[in-house]
Amino acid sequence: MAKQPHATPLLDQLETGPWPSFVTGLKRLAKDKDSVVDLLGHLEHSYKTRKGYWKGGTVGVVGYGGGVIPRFTEIKDDKGAAVFKDAAEFHTIRIMPPPGMHYDTDTLRKFCDIWEKYGSGLIALHGQSGDIMMQGCTTENVQKAWDEINIMGFDMGGAGPAVRTSMSCVGAARCEQSCYDEAKAHQMVINTFLDDIHRPALPYKFKFKFSGCGNDCMNSIQRSDMAVIGTWRDNMTTDDAMGKKWFAKHGMNELVNDVVSRCPTKALQIKDVKDVRKDAHISSVALNDAQCLEIDNKDCVRCMHCINVMTGALGVGKDKGATILIGGKSHLKIGATMGTVIIPFMSLKTDEDYEKIVELAQAAIDFFAENALEHERTGEMIERIGLVNFLEGIGVDVDANMVTTPRTNPYVRTDGWDEEVAKINAKKAAA
Amino acid sequence: MAQPQMRKPVEHFLDNKKFLHPKFAANYGNWKYHDRPRPGVLHHVSHSGDEVWSVRAGTQRQMDVHTIRLLCDIADKFAEGRVRFTIRSNIEYILSEESKVAPLIAELEKHGFPVGGTGNSVTMVAHTQGWLHCDIPGTDASGVVKSMMDGLFHEFKNEEMPNRVHLSTSCCSINCGGQADIAVIVQHTKPPKINHDMVANVCERPTVVARCPVAAIRPALVNGKPSLEVDEKKCICCGACYPPCPPMQINDPEHSKLAIWVGGKNSNARGKPTFMKMVMSGLPNNAPRWPEVNEVVGNILKTYKADARPWERLADWIDRIGWPRFFEKTGLPFTKYLIDDWRGSRATLNASNHIRF
Repeated sequence: MAKQPHATPLLDQLETGPWPSFVTGLKRLAKDKDSVVDLLGHLEHSYKTRKGYWKGGTVGVVGYGGGVIPRFTEIKDDKGAAVFKDAAEFHTIRIMPPPGMHYDTDTLRKFCDIWEKYGSGLIALHGQSGDIMMQGCTTENVQKAWDEINIMGFDMGGAGPAVRTSMSCVGAARCEQSCYDEAKAHQMVINTFLDDIHRPALPYKFKFKFSGCGNDCMNSIQRSDMAVIGTWRDNMTTDDAMGKKWFAKHGMNELVNDVVSRCPTKALQIKDVKDVRKDAHISSVALNDAQCLEIDNKDCVRCMHCINVMTGALGVGKDKGATILIGGKSHLKIGATMGTVIIPFMSLKTDEDYEKIVELAQAAIDFFAENALEHERTGEMIERIGLVNFLEGIGVDVDANMVTTPRTNPYVRTDGWDEEVAKINAKKAAA
Repeated sequence: MAQPQMRKPVEHFLDNKKFLHPKFAANYGNWKYHDRPRPGVLHHVSHSGDEVWSVRAGTQRQMDVHTIRLLCDIADKFAEGRVRFTIRSNIEYILSEESKVAPLIAELEKHGFPVGGTGNSVTMVAHTQGWLHCDIPGTDASGVVKSMMDGLFHEFKNEEMPNRVHLSTSCCSINCGGQADIAVIVQHTKPPKINHDMVANVCERPTVVARCPVAAIRPALVNGKPSLEVDEKKCICCGACYPPCPPMQINDPEHSKLAIWVGGKNSNARGKPTFMKMVMSGLPNNAPRWPEVNEVVGNILKTYKADARPWERLADWIDRIGWPRFFEKTGLPFTKYLIDDWRGSRATLNASNHIRF
């Protein structure tokens, strides 16, 4: 039995309504844990005064320089003593979840047992970087909890100016739209950069995310410094029986309004079966015995829309891999930036192919470590130095897929033009 | 006395093979298609003929061990002992027989876990830590989300929207909640209040000066102590100086407001990915249930639901109807603060005579 609860009239209002309530969960923990009794008091004080009262500090585990998020209370009485003394230290341990966030219940129960023993019993599944957030631990217990978690086979996530915990979508495990083995790429990359995760020494954070197709369920383009987004370069696959089934259910109006007219590059046309073009880059799916949906795969940008609508009838191709984009980040300091294309297509089939992702990541991080200013993200660095300097730094050739349009102003010195053309021609001849 | 043994950490990021449902492992990379028999249920079919049903339920994300154990009990009794989580903190149970779907749903809902969040629903809010655990929060996260999802309960459990809707909340301008169809983000309206007695002891001053996006901070001697001062005419109240220097208090119970942003989309489907745009600000930080925020979000969703065509995400819908009509239909005021003047802003101005009447 824990000590008497504090009155929490404001938080109590978050126990009404149908959505699962975190307050109800905290109150259940508070029956046994003094730390959660005081956490509720602490949070109620924030709700009353509309301010936060945690400060950071330095708490860690043996061998690592990051991964624990220290929190010390700032609610003190006149003498400087913590008002909510049993929640005066309420640190978080970040743990990297398995790729795709798959678990067996035995593993989740072990996390619960460890955290009930050493921590508050509050676990977030998952934090915004993808970590398992074991929330609420005293300085003394951090190492003990960590030892048991690490012995289970789990490793700590990143914090501060470091490579951060990564995320990959459910991908090949369950999704027909998966274009590569997301979990494999995720694991290979993270295992390469464990030192940079656990010992923060970069200019600022560096995040990887892995999405299996252009639907980008991991939000990699906006949230990661290096985004690996699945795609394919041959024709879309089609299934006539499923095409007919889809059409019988949805009809011509939905086909025109929801599929054909929503194709961003007008790559789809409705054709009579006899009129379908025979070129190698044309694929088609039957709608009925007389009509087909024709796809010009040279115009298709692999946006995924028609495949999302007509799943099964249309599918991703067979010659699969990924587009790699670099430089995504949120607002601070220059404004949000999207990742931009660095590798238009990287084939991902063999182990050697996957090694190429690791090699590119290594080149990008080495360049970032050498050239970024303190607290500057990769996207900001690229904006400051220009994409071409970045590409030359990491040894990647320019490609017209990297731009939305070529330059719209003449303010550039072009006296190396002929040499550049000669280089391009020499490469073409050698290929 | 002997020092306790220092255990060296085992540095290794594990793979997911042992956690995969056996059907996932057997059909890895070999799935053919999926459909949704009902909201909250995904049915995947493999080229091998194998089928799996995934049942998705909402959680409160910040979970006590009792809740997690309950979710595990349900997995062991009604599912097959394997679960996974989505990026938006929904739990998914994996079933290899269709007959197990209905009993599992009944059990989840009996314990208060809503089944839904698939397809064209409003799924769970991606959110941050807020007052519960962050060191720099302007507001709470879990409480805002709880009150939002209470109001959107029906929309989570049903697939009635034109397309999927992703929401996020963030407790400061860093925007850890991320891009979304609709985002709620703290927007400070006053420059930081500086505790000059503490700056010299707590802050590395050149770092703080460098952190400011508009070069409004400079070193100064205040009351004989080294401190910092802010050019309040230049200050954009972003709060970037606060994390490296807590004495530059940016959070304010009254002047830290909430802004609403719309139209973020990370998917490449149809148009290219888009960033969200600010459409409303000045909403009060009204704990514990933030009714003003919920009213605006609810109204935008209601308008979108009634007016957008099938498959239009919020950004696609606004692309079609145009921004003037967005503000007209939602009744939100278009103020001068919504015209961008940050770098790259000219690209956001209307350089055409494209006007809708």
